[in-house]
Amino acid sequence: MRKLLLFSIIISVGIIFIGRLFYLQVYNQSAYDPYEDNAIRKVYDYPKRGYVYDRNGKLLVANQPSYDVMVIPREVKPLDTLEFCELLKITKDDFKSIYEKAYRYSPRLPSVFVPQLSKEDYGELQEKMRKFQGFYIQKRTLRDYQTTIGANVLGDIGEVSVATIEKNPYYKMGDLIGKQGVEASYEDILRGEKGIKFIQKDRFNRDIGPFKNGIYDTLPKPGKDITITIDAKLQEYGELLMKNKRGGIIAIEPSTGEILAMVSGPSYNPNLLVGRDRSKNYSKMHFDTIAKPLYDRSLLAQYPPGSPFKVINALIGLQENVVTTQERFSCRMGYYLGSRRLTGCHHHSSPLSMNDGIAQSCNAYFVNVYRRIVDKYKDPAKGMNTWSEHAKSFGLGNFLNNDLFVGRQGRIPNGDYYDRAYGKGRWGSTYIVSNAIGQGEVEATPIQLANMAAAIGNRGYYYTPHIIKNIEGDTIPSAYKKRNYTTIDKEHFDPVIQGMFDVYNEGTASTLRIPDIEICGKTGTAENFVKIDGVKTQLTDHSIFVAFAPKDDPKIAIAVFVENGYWGSRFAGRMASLMIEKYLKGYITRTDMETWILSHSLENEYAKPYSGKPFGINRETALQVVDFDRPKEDTSGKNQNERNQ
Amino acid sequence: MFKENQRSLKFDWITIALFILLVGFGWFNIISASHTGEMFSYFDLSQRYGKQLIFILLTLVLIVIILSIEAKFYERFSSVIYIVSIISLLGLFIFGKNINGATSWYAIGSMTLQPSEFAKFATSLAVAKHISDIQTNMKSLQDQLKTILLISIPAILILLQNDAGSTIVYAAFFFVFYREGLQQVYLILAAIVIILSVVTLKFGVLSAVGLSAIIIFGFYILKKKRRPLIIQPITILLLCIGFSFGVKLFYENILKAHQKDRISLWLRLESDPQKLAEMKKTILYNLNESEKAISSGGLTGKGFLEGTRTTGKFVPEQDTDYIFSTVGEEWGFIGSALVVILFIALLIRILYLAEAQKSHFSRVYGYCVASILFIHFMINTGMVMGLIPTVGIPLPFFSYGGSSLWGFTILLFIFVKLDANKVNDW
Repeated sequence: MRKLLLFSIIISVGIIFIGRLFYLQVYNQSAYDPYEDNAIRKVYDYPKRGYVYDRNGKLLVANQPSYDVMVIPREVKPLDTLEFCELLKITKDDFKSIYEKAYRYSPRLPSVFVPQLSKEDYGELQEKMRKFQGFYIQKRTLRDYQTTIGANVLGDIGEVSVATIEKNPYYKMGDLIGKQGVEASYEDILRGEKGIKFIQKDRFNRDIGPFKNGIYDTLPKPGKDITITIDAKLQEYGELLMKNKRGGIIAIEPSTGEILAMVSGPSYNPNLLVGRDRSKNYSKMHFDTIAKPLYDRSLLAQYPPGSPFKVINALIGLQENVVTTQERFSCRMGYYLGSRRLTGCHHHSSPLSMNDGIAQSCNAYFVNVYRRIVDKYKDPAKGMNTWSEHAKSFGLGNFLNNDLFVGRQGRIPNGDYYDRAYGKGRWGSTYIVSNAIGQGEVEATPIQLANMAAAIGNRGYYYTPHIIKNIEGDTIPSAYKKRNYTTIDKEHFDPVIQGMFDVYNEGTASTLRIPDIEICGKTGTAENFVKIDGVKTQLTDHSIFVAFAPKDDPKIAIAVFVENGYWGSRFAGRMASLMIEKYLKGYITRTDMETWILSHSLENEYAKPYSGKPFGINRETALQVVDFDRPKEDTSGKNQNERNQ
Repeated sequence: MFKENQRSLKFDWITIALFILLVGFGWFNIISASHTGEMFSYFDLSQRYGKQLIFILLTLVLIVIILSIEAKFYERFSSVIYIVSIISLLGLFIFGKNINGATSWYAIGSMTLQPSEFAKFATSLAVAKHISDIQTNMKSLQDQLKTILLISIPAILILLQNDAGSTIVYAAFFFVFYREGLQQVYLILAAIVIILSVVTLKFGVLSAVGLSAIIIFGFYILKKKRRPLIIQPITILLLCIGFSFGVKLFYENILKAHQKDRISLWLRLESDPQKLAEMKKTILYNLNESEKAISSGGLTGKGFLEGTRTTGKFVPEQDTDYIFSTVGEEWGFIGSALVVILFIALLIRILYLAEAQKSHFSRVYGYCVASILFIHFMINTGMVMGLIPTVGIPLPFFSYGGSSLWGFTILLFIFVKLDANKVNDW
């Protein structure tokens, strides 16, 4: 018995230890991965990020080197702080507080000591760097914008978020990633593939040589350059016109679906989001919740489209065979159901046919057409569903599924929508006549309206609006080369387009004519409401304009939307005409119109709701006149004019 | 003399083979754990693996000397050896060199010698001599106290030199006493002491008292003893309560902060997350790193000199106390399990030989050897695998260091010599 005690203890200890080893080394195991091994330092070699060019080959976004001074606190040896501070242009107190912060973060890991030195400071510092142990300079690549425009298009890059790192193991802490615009939507192409070097380190975090002689190391693959569809000159002009206003402009080339300009007002200089002041500038804009400069109104502003939508109703009416182009409807300053006026209208001749209905933007005409569409079948839900299908075939009421980083669905209601709202069979066409004139439940974004104009200009099809024109050594997705047909037959477009042409000739935009260019357009004026201190308050109408030109074989389709600009031709119409002229001719002949737009600001209009005082809207407002610089005469544009004609 | 030599060749070659395997494999791991660059020479004396090679070669000389001395010498001169060893320990208080907070070294030029490593075999000899004395009866309290005194002197001296780890090793002699006739009650007592200490620290004094009360009264009721003797269980319970408070007091007031932390980590006592995070950076760091190194070895290991954590010197003390983590990383489960098996085989072999001794002295000494090697092996590998609180003692034959290698070699080979001589015993 006594002999067995030590013997059995030894045997059990042996079994327990082997069991423990089995648990640690065999049972609880995953395959060896140098990425997971914290004895291996992973040094990344960042490739050049791809450049961005505009459609005419103008370089918009390049790269610039930037130098961060890094510190590893526990490796710091006593140094001449005075000299060091002078080189870095910081005070001794700064030095102390930055150092303490870095130490608190980690004494062993590198922290940024002073970010983004200028090239001059870097040159001077580099000479003396060896004197300051524990500090080193890390090179990064930042964006270098060759332009001051297109911030909403180009987007920016910033440090990757923790959430992204968790989702995508490619990114590591401190990596830069596209945050908005094409930087975000073409991130994978622009960034390239970073290279990695595995370096064996010791427990003091010191490098002691390449791991396994570098067999796991990879070389970086440079990012590819891209050409975007934006015309930098047109974009610049659009941003100039949008100055002191809020809203969005989208211009599309109907024959390709390429986006020529994508303006959001207010805009900002993309260089604000580069360099040392990036986060300061970003938060300033981010917290400007009134003007919202970071909010891309050309893609995100979802509003009732107003009268431009009438064109869609005309097309659906023709397709559904409920109206002819010749049939006339009368208008008594509105549409009456018995003695009840369902919708108002303005002064114009009456009765009118389709052509005049569009040109004069008669509300009553379109309520008649719309009611016939909805009431075509016994069940209004069926009529509504048919109507909805037609409208959606223009790319409305759904995401465009394109390569823009943000977007909105818009809204095209159908029968089910109203069945849900009112109850099945408990509603009729008279309940929802606002849709006839693009108010009510219909909503769309500027890009959807521009695409709608392109579809009309193409007489029945559109290409998905997109921003990519060319990828270096690659092709653009075939989805952007495919025609999307609308459900409206080709022959129905001509009378409607004639009506849009007459908008310019004799209708609501007759003052906006551009010599030598046949523009087809449609004005829109959308009522809008906001909540101020919890009270629903009506503000001045939004000014909307949708157009394409030339009438035959259109080169440009455009949608302009100006917040609180009042009636359609007042701001949006003028801006659309100027944009068309600028694009097609390269220069402006209607300088009177240009002067008016540049000299009128809506800033006081935007300030009104926040003034705390009672205020009037629409007719009761006065416009603010501001000083402006006329853009320099661009003679090179005249050549472009010849090319486009 | 000639006759004697012939008999001496009947050494137990299994023990010697196991010894050579362990020392040889240990040296390869010291190379891994201490080499600093890609290019190196095995005989580079400026490096630890080079020095260790010298130590190993000197060990061979030592073995030859030990084996050529007459076996009876060790028994006859055990008292002298013991006294010399005690004097060498005492001398440390005057001439000792302080390394890592422990005053356990004599420094002779660049060489250091750690007498506590040699005190183990000296004490074993003295204990074996005393117990094997015809007049000694291990069942008598007087002789028990005498033996404990023999052990306590070196143990206390080592503790005073601030080397608590080496002191714990002297608990190994409990196994020897038990084998040599210590009453059963001491075994039960030892078990109670361990259980009560752990319960007190983990769940508090109240739980420990409650547990003892249930067991003691349950025991008495089951035995259906006569009622009047209620005083006996109450006395035992009071002793338990006293002991439990004593443990608590000892833990909180006498143990040093780092010792307390080690125990609190092992029993997972710490609940303050801030303190825990602090511990992770300090004492838990070693443990984490060594566990990570072992797990990263997987089934077959990363191969000789290929361990990333070993090469990066992530585990502190990895060529001495934490050498087993290198085995785990570079040789994997197969290699480290083999080391465990080699040790177990050596221990079982020594026990088997000890039981086969005719001389009482040799048997007790063999038991001492097995017990001491076992405690070292268990505490060291258990600690590196994270099963036992951190105690800084070397892994026999593996860890870098001349003193410990020589100490263990002498300890083992005296027994090999005694064993070879057993035919002459009567």
